[in-house]
This record gives sequence, structure tokens and C-alpha cells, in this order.
Amino acid sequence: MNRPQREAAVRRILERAPAPVPPDLYGEAVRRGDRMLRRRRLARRLWWLLLCAAAVAFTVWAVTARPWVEPPSQTTPPITGW
Amino acid sequence: MRDRQASRAARRAREFEAFVAGAAGRLLHTATLLTAEAPDANPRARRLLTLALAHTYAGWDRLHGEDPYECARQYLATRFQHGAWHHYGAVGRARPDPRSPLAALSPQERLILVLRMYEGVAEEQAAALLGLPVERVHSICDRATATVLHPAPATTPRAVGTRAVPSWASRPAGRPR
Repeated sequence: MNRPQREAAVRRILERAPAPVPPDLYGEAVRRGDRMLRRRRLARRLWWLLLCAAAVAFTVWAVTARPWVEPPSQTTPPITGW
Repeated sequence: MRDRQASRAARRAREFEAFVAGAAGRLLHTATLLTAEAPDANPRARRLLTLALAHTYAGWDRLHGEDPYECARQYLATRFQHGAWHHYGAVGRARPDPRSPLAALSPQERLILVLRMYEGVAEEQAAALLGLPVERVHSICDRATATVLHPAPATTPRAVGTRAVPSWASRPAGRPR
């Protein structure tokens, strides 16, 4: 028995007795798929919300703390009265 | 925005229904072969297929002309591979049904044989999908083919490791020890 014959024989064995498709398969798949889509949408929205909140928080902090302004000197006392 | 989304959902549902009507029978047969269950009692195959179809449905808008059948089959195969890794090895091992033609094979052999022979996936694609070298896929497929065609216990590689009849069992009773 050479290779094509063997493969054909195995294919014949594999194609025997197909299982009947359950009638609720489509509905169940759509239900689960919709749930997956809803969850993905929710996760995406949460992610964007978090990103926006982080951006707003950073802006507010930067405006109030002004980290780019040179801080007043701590070592030399301010010169007054000369 | 709203009605565009609604029309997209309606189109997706319509196309998906046609896809399921056409492909579910073949995919269910594939899943039943993978799980080695009987054709009329295949809860695990149904669960596997439902998950694969749900995954295909959820990614329907992002297929961009790709074959949904390919997507479902790929998900089925990888999901079965991971499930086989988690569920089969240990205590809760599912017994293959003797009515299945692939009951004598290991899950990996079943997966490769079904992908190569029943689904007609090329060797290189199957190897890439499963993360195995091509030579290994080739040899596993050959071995599985031999096991399916000649199910005599002496020729199956699995029979070597199982408990054979010990040599002293056939010793004549009257012989002194």
C-alpha cells in the first residue's frame, strides 16, 4: 500500500458517520459572541477613560506645581537692605 | 453613528448565519474527531465548536476578506491543543469513545491527522499552527495513519508502553521453579 492509497483509506475512515448539528448552535454562538464583543467594547471604553483621566490629572498637576520653573534658592538668603 | 452600527450588526448576523449554516456540519465533524467522541454523544466537541464560532462571530468585522472557516478551524485547533495540554494528561482524563475511529490515538496525533487528512491543511501550515517542526508533523502523521489503518495492538506504538502479558504468565504450570 503506497502513500496515496493509505491517505485515501484514512480519509474514507475519517469521513464516516458525520455528527448531526444541534439546532441551538447558531443561537448559542451568537449569544457568546455578542457577550465577547460587549466585553471588548467595555474594556476599550474603560481603557480610554483611564487614559483621559491620567492626561487630565497630569495637566492639572503640571499647571499647579509648575515643575519647569526654577525653584527659589535654598542656600543663599535673599539679599535685602543694601 | 447609531444606525450605521445597527446596519453593521444586522449584516454581520446575516453573513454569520449563512456561514454557520454552511460550515457547522463539517466543523462539528472535525471537532468530534478531535475529541474522539461518538457522533451522537459529543458534548465536548459541541462546546469546542460553540467557542470557536463565538470567537469567529466576535471577530467578524475584522476579518477583512479572510476566510472565516479558516479562522474558526484555527481557533478550534489551538483551543483543542491547549485544552488537551490542561485536561488530558492528569487525573480527569477523558476516555475516548470506542466508537470513534480515532480512539486509539493520542490527542496530538488526532489533531495532526485530522488537520492534515480531513481538513487538508498543508504540512507547513499545520506545523506553523501547532508550533512544531515540519518533520515532526510528518512523522506523527505517518504514525497516526499506520495506527488507524492497522489497529492491531502489536503495531501500535502505544501498545509498547502499556502493560503486556508478562512472559511468566505463559509458562507451563508443571515446570519447577
